[in-house]
Amino acid sequence: MDAMIATFLIQDGVTSGAIYALLGLALVLVFSVTRVIFIPQGEFVAYGALTLALLDSAKVPATISLLVFFGAIAFVLDLWSMRRGTDGRTFLRSVGLNLVLPGAIYGLTTVLAPLDLPSFVKALLTIMIIAPMGLYIYRIAYRPLADASVLVLLICSVGVHLAMMGLGLVFFGAEGLRAQPLSNANYTMGMLMVPAQSLWIYGATIGIMIALYVFFERTLLGKALRATAVNRLGARLVGVRTQLTGVTAFMLAATIGAVSGVLIGPITTIYYDTGFLIGLKGFVAAIIGGLASFPITAIAAIAVGLIEAFASFFASSYKEVIVFGLIIPVLVWLSLNNAFHEEE
Amino acid sequence: MNIQRLLPGLTGIAFLVVIPVLPVPPFWITVLNNIGLASLVTIGLVLLTGVGGLTSFGQAAFCGFGAYTTAVLATNYGISPWLTLPLSVIVGGVVAMPLGLITVRLSGHFLPLGTIAWGLSLYYLFGKIDMLGRYDGITGIPPIELAGYRFLSDGAIYYLIWFFVIAVAIGARNLLDSRTGRGIRALRGGGQAAEAFGVNIVRAKLIVFVFAAVVAALSGWLYAHMQRNVNPTPFGLSMGIEYLLMAVVGGSGHVWGAIFGSGLVIILKELLQRFLPSLIGTTTNFEMIVFGILLVVILQLARDGLWPFILKILPKRPPKPIPTSNQKLPKRTLALAGSPLIKVEKARKAFGGLVAVNDVSFEVPAGRIVGLIGPNGAGKSTTFNLITGIASLTSGSVFYQGQRLSGDSPRHIARHGIARTFQHAKILPDMSVLENVALGAHLRGSAGVFKSFLHVERDEEATLLAEAAHQLERVGLGEYANRPAGDLALGQIRILEIARALAADPTVLLLDEPAAGLRHGEKQELANLLKKLREEGVAVLLVEHDMGFVMGLVDHLVVLDFGTLIAEGKPAEVRKHPAVIAAYLGGAA
Amino acid sequence: MTGNLLELSDLHVSYGRAEVLHGISLSMKPGSIVTVIGANGAGKSTLLNSIMGIVPSKGTILYNGASVPRSVEERVASGLCLVPEKRELFATMSVEDNIELGGFLRSTSERAETREDVYTRFPRLAERRKQLAGTLSGGERQMLALARALMSRPRLLLLDEPSLGLAPKIVIDILNIVSELRKTGVSILLVEQNARAALEIADEGYLVELGEVKLSGPASELATNPALMESYLGTHA
Repeated sequence: MDAMIATFLIQDGVTSGAIYALLGLALVLVFSVTRVIFIPQGEFVAYGALTLALLDSAKVPATISLLVFFGAIAFVLDLWSMRRGTDGRTFLRSVGLNLVLPGAIYGLTTVLAPLDLPSFVKALLTIMIIAPMGLYIYRIAYRPLADASVLVLLICSVGVHLAMMGLGLVFFGAEGLRAQPLSNANYTMGMLMVPAQSLWIYGATIGIMIALYVFFERTLLGKALRATAVNRLGARLVGVRTQLTGVTAFMLAATIGAVSGVLIGPITTIYYDTGFLIGLKGFVAAIIGGLASFPITAIAAIAVGLIEAFASFFASSYKEVIVFGLIIPVLVWLSLNNAFHEEE
Repeated sequence: MNIQRLLPGLTGIAFLVVIPVLPVPPFWITVLNNIGLASLVTIGLVLLTGVGGLTSFGQAAFCGFGAYTTAVLATNYGISPWLTLPLSVIVGGVVAMPLGLITVRLSGHFLPLGTIAWGLSLYYLFGKIDMLGRYDGITGIPPIELAGYRFLSDGAIYYLIWFFVIAVAIGARNLLDSRTGRGIRALRGGGQAAEAFGVNIVRAKLIVFVFAAVVAALSGWLYAHMQRNVNPTPFGLSMGIEYLLMAVVGGSGHVWGAIFGSGLVIILKELLQRFLPSLIGTTTNFEMIVFGILLVVILQLARDGLWPFILKILPKRPPKPIPTSNQKLPKRTLALAGSPLIKVEKARKAFGGLVAVNDVSFEVPAGRIVGLIGPNGAGKSTTFNLITGIASLTSGSVFYQGQRLSGDSPRHIARHGIARTFQHAKILPDMSVLENVALGAHLRGSAGVFKSFLHVERDEEATLLAEAAHQLERVGLGEYANRPAGDLALGQIRILEIARALAADPTVLLLDEPAAGLRHGEKQELANLLKKLREEGVAVLLVEHDMGFVMGLVDHLVVLDFGTLIAEGKPAEVRKHPAVIAAYLGGAA
Repeated sequence: MTGNLLELSDLHVSYGRAEVLHGISLSMKPGSIVTVIGANGAGKSTLLNSIMGIVPSKGTILYNGASVPRSVEERVASGLCLVPEKRELFATMSVEDNIELGGFLRSTSERAETREDVYTRFPRLAERRKQLAGTLSGGERQMLALARALMSRPRLLLLDEPSLGLAPKIVIDILNIVSELRKTGVSILLVEQNARAALEIADEGYLVELGEVKLSGPASELATNPALMESYLGTHA
């Protein structure tokens, strides 16, 4: 292996590592606020990438029907919980959030999709379609289980993952799609050639990290999310509603997933089930961060990307075995440090 | 044996026997075979997840070990399937051993994540190894032969599959219904109570883990010879998830629910694969959407699965008679009244900068009741945990009859005859009152997994249960023996914990707030019981807030405040002690 | 209308099958300090938790003449605030953030106004506003819990064992702060094990034993009642 290959592998590893970092951060965020181990995170990535790819070919992405479908289910569930009487405000809010919002996005997309839009607008539209799904998934699958144990929530996540992956198959089909990069330019830095898409990936990753930092450190809602993660009862006692923090965490996760999809869509072909594997690599990082630490997760994600890049060069057929096998020693180490918190 | 108890089971078996003889479409037999194969894995999973509380998404990988072992040996080396059967099962078990040793040490939610990790890795590994035919797998596996008869058709292997299913299900029931099984069932509540009565928690977890792996490998062996070819697909993570779905649908705590859940999921899958494509218009397999939704809905609406609903419809089985036994369990000889049993010497426990127990020393002599009192947060429960080994001493020591206990694990300390109750009662609400008490007698039996599985430890088991029944009578809960322990009132649960402690044949009894939640009359009875134990020579250490109860009962009082011993002596002296009054009522500000 | 701020009648609370409060009735006037005392395990904390809505209860809770709102958050919004026995601070966040979050349901201007008031009242916390809550001493933590509660601009403060685990000197400080608070118009329901000190600052007292009210009356009378001593340290053997 010469220096050329090494730099190429490093660049490759850092690029995928940046995506894993985004997903890892979303997983840590969701877990610390809601105790949900969010296996379906990767599905948002696939949905995002596939939606963007369809918009690229000026088709109306099926995800908007899915969005309306999710909204309708959430509305029905809201109606059911309001069956013993409610006030007008709650009802109107539910109509707006679950029916009007997805309807508006549906309308907007059908109008915009056939037009020849700049890629940046298509990317934003994609994110707008995917992000509200986080809200509905939370409402439909997790909110009724708010008091359940971490294990029950984890099994529930596996169910949501299966359903979302299956719906991906229904709406996108089994064919893989590849989106167009946000920019086709390439830059040369010494002997290294950096495609503009990679720069977008680095930029977006850093941007999202900064945005998250500002959100958690500077805004009251962000602080409320942290407070919920630190002490649930304490947060309730100052009037922070569990649902509010839950919805916020899931919306953020879906947004981050959609952004990751938009970023990764142009550099690899995405199938309806690719998201799961990508998400799991974010998981490896999040687990190394103990599902708690943002910085460790981000660093671990880059390491996972690098290990994967080098593994695919040296032992390409054992790439997955190596990456997933890596979690086990980490889990053992974490468990040993956690030995006294056996009871939940 | 009571015929009424066996009736539902016998009906089920008769039904299974006659089906292939009836004029049913051969397709049904194929489905039933698949149900049988899945049931084997799911029974293992029920024990592992539903009973033991260890959630695994990776069981399909163990099927793979069973299937590939026989595929390689029978196809490449021409070894008879009957010889590869034990080998397949052993390979499953041998792989499970180190994997289990790692997995069961994972705490909380790390454990299922770990199973996802190795479930995925093993799937990729199967697909990468040349000897296993990579992703193409191995074809042309010979069928099973018995005295020249080749199990070629689905109908032929049907009986073999279901023989194993029924045998494993009965064995699993036997195992749960035994001394070892009680240890396994106690895992779910965190295992702290079980450990306090001498159950080796790690070993119990490993037992269920290996058991689940072995039955999955058995299923894999059958699968290989039924399908006559293997490839990695059925041993991947998605199949592992499906097995977990079956366990959850059935009701993850019920052995027969495993078969029910497998049946339901597999029939649903067949129906979906047949009708869904015509409904949506494409031919891809969409069952995962339905399965995903089903999993979420079951968790939301019926977290215990569907089997409990079936149990409600089935005619109620009469309760098992409480066994009697003419064998008596050996009893410890108790030390002479007044001789020191427990000696706490300068015990100290610091959590970070906070000193919870500050160089406390006292003794608990045989045949005496010692009260340990003090306001909230005085360090009483921590002192208990230091004696029983749940918490480790920062400095100082605890002795039992001059022998140093400090540093031993709770289950080793239990061997000395030190039995306890817990401030927050740690019982197993789904287990019967009798079985909860029998857990206390764990160290007085010795039967292991194999004896239990085969149901040949019945004499010992009967003696243990008879002892448990005796202790229940003694504390006045005899009439509740067959009821689930969760049905009892809070006060009764505390008494149940005392019965469990007594079943351990204790020399020292540590009771953490035994009178909380008791009515006046019940307190009286408890006081009488404790006085009787004192006469027999048992040493009692008691944490209690009800001062009326304490003052009339104890021989000696030890008062803690802020982790420090502030007074010690006879009850009447202590309650006049100014430091004690200040600690309880506050200094006159 | 009775003019009471809080009125509990026949309040029952059960954990699973076990009932721990067997019909508690209690009333308090606006602007008063009422203390609930009793030995460990009497059900005092449960009583406060049920008023806050953390544990479900049967019976009626009238707050300000009307039925108390359903959710914990609505109760906070209506001016109820619990300082729990374990404080439940946000340990890995700064003192400042803890205080800020106390006013989560109030407007920015209300928060700014109360924040100033809180820092004047607790200069110690003002000095340590950048420190993490988990690094504070026991007494400071209790102050922070009180400060956080005040940020919600409560009408009725529910204090659960504010003296628990504190050295006697600090206990006096804390209770002085509590009686100071009353002057701002806040009513206080105080649960205490330290009966003597609590009765000293309270107007009315309730002695709770095993989930029932054993005695009630003006605090000064309760303090000298021999039943109090018996309840804590048992009758003569």
